Amino acid sequence: MKKNLISINDLERSDIESFLSTASEVEKLTKRKASDILPGCILSTLFLEPSTRTRLSFEAAMQRLGGTTINLASEVSSVQKGENITDTGKVVAGYTDICVVRSPYEGTARMLTEKTKVPIINGGDGANQHPTQTLLDLFTIKKEFGSIDGLKIGMMGDLKYGRTVHSLAEALDNYSVEIRLISPDETKMPEHIVKEVGVEEETNKMKIKDLDVLYTTRIQKERFPDKQEYERVKDVFVLDEERVKEMKKDAILMHPLPRIDEIKPEGDKLPQARYFEQAKNGVPARMGIILELLGVEVNV
Amino acid sequence: MSDLKVSKISNGTVIDHISPGKGLVVMSLLGLDGSSKRTTSLLMNVESSKMERKDILKVEDRKLKEEEVMSVSVLAPEATVNIIDNQSVVEKKLVELPEKIEGVLECPNPHCVTNTDEPLDVSFEIIDKKPVMLKCGYCERKFTTQELDI
Repeated sequence: MKKNLISINDLERSDIESFLSTASEVEKLTKRKASDILPGCILSTLFLEPSTRTRLSFEAAMQRLGGTTINLASEVSSVQKGENITDTGKVVAGYTDICVVRSPYEGTARMLTEKTKVPIINGGDGANQHPTQTLLDLFTIKKEFGSIDGLKIGMMGDLKYGRTVHSLAEALDNYSVEIRLISPDETKMPEHIVKEVGVEEETNKMKIKDLDVLYTTRIQKERFPDKQEYERVKDVFVLDEERVKEMKKDAILMHPLPRIDEIKPEGDKLPQARYFEQAKNGVPARMGIILELLGVEVNV
Repeated sequence: MSDLKVSKISNGTVIDHISPGKGLVVMSLLGLDGSSKRTTSLLMNVESSKMERKDILKVEDRKLKEEEVMSVSVLAPEATVNIIDNQSVVEKKLVELPEKIEGVLECPNPHCVTNTDEPLDVSFEIIDKKPVMLKCGYCERKFTTQELDI
């Protein structure tokens, strides 16, 4: 049966570990060795809405493995001409060995697993899931600390609408970690996720001193019906140099990017800042995902 | 119990022990909107020894399919479905919540891919039985029966 990667909720701890360890193995290879793994293989990206990091890092990942990519851009897509996503997906996936799908409609990637014969990767479906982002986040944490178990992890910012923090919290439920949620009352994490994942603490104060990992996200202006309220809360969760210095020296500060004001550029040079490394880790993490789904082992 | 005001049917389906007041939504769920020529009778708030009050739905000349019986279970978990042939009950089924319901309910999430023009059937996984909680097999959102627009 073909493998797909659609939702973090489909994965058990052993599946997650498998993706992470393949990513770690492939990262150890020289560029030349890595590029010998998938020559002749083609990855398609079927993106029905704009994306920078996800699409580019998938392209880089496949090319690092020696394969090539073809892309369907949203603005010129046949879907714009009225073709349904099923037909477009069948055609595009049929040209290639593996396909990454991004869509504003929730469930699109899962639908295409039923309609196509090649592995489908969910590159983001509306407010639902973005599992490759979660795997690269976990990869970053594991790479830094050697293990995810035992860590104290804080998530901060927009915990209500941010799908990255929802998926990360769900994935961390597979590990023995302490989770602290830090947000204004207006953007608290939905109750059903809090219950599901076993959160240690929820607070609207910036309690970050004892954390090993602080994962922060942007509080989006457009989410606030009352703009004055947004103005009031947006600065409470800004991380400037002073704030980041409050964190433990060996803690790490993560962000899915793009950041706007929530982490000041002056914080970039501090030892805790990891968000650009995190973005860079998107390539080995996605190389691992491609290899796992294609059932190709890495021989170091 | 007082005499029923609707007589027995010769052929078709009788859904008994529907929770009082839920009969109309069961009708809607089964697509019984009066557009077919079948005679349909709904009795609401009938006295019942088992559940004090109940609704009863009688559909003439239509035998419910298995998946339809299952969908009734989401709204009326205590209902019994009687298949009538030639004035006798030939089959009596207690509705039972299945693991999955396919192709009957619609997903209330406007952003779900099942609400676009794609050729697919909505499937829901029953993730909790009391109270009933369903999860859309595509967008993964979870709904109570009240949230399902039926």
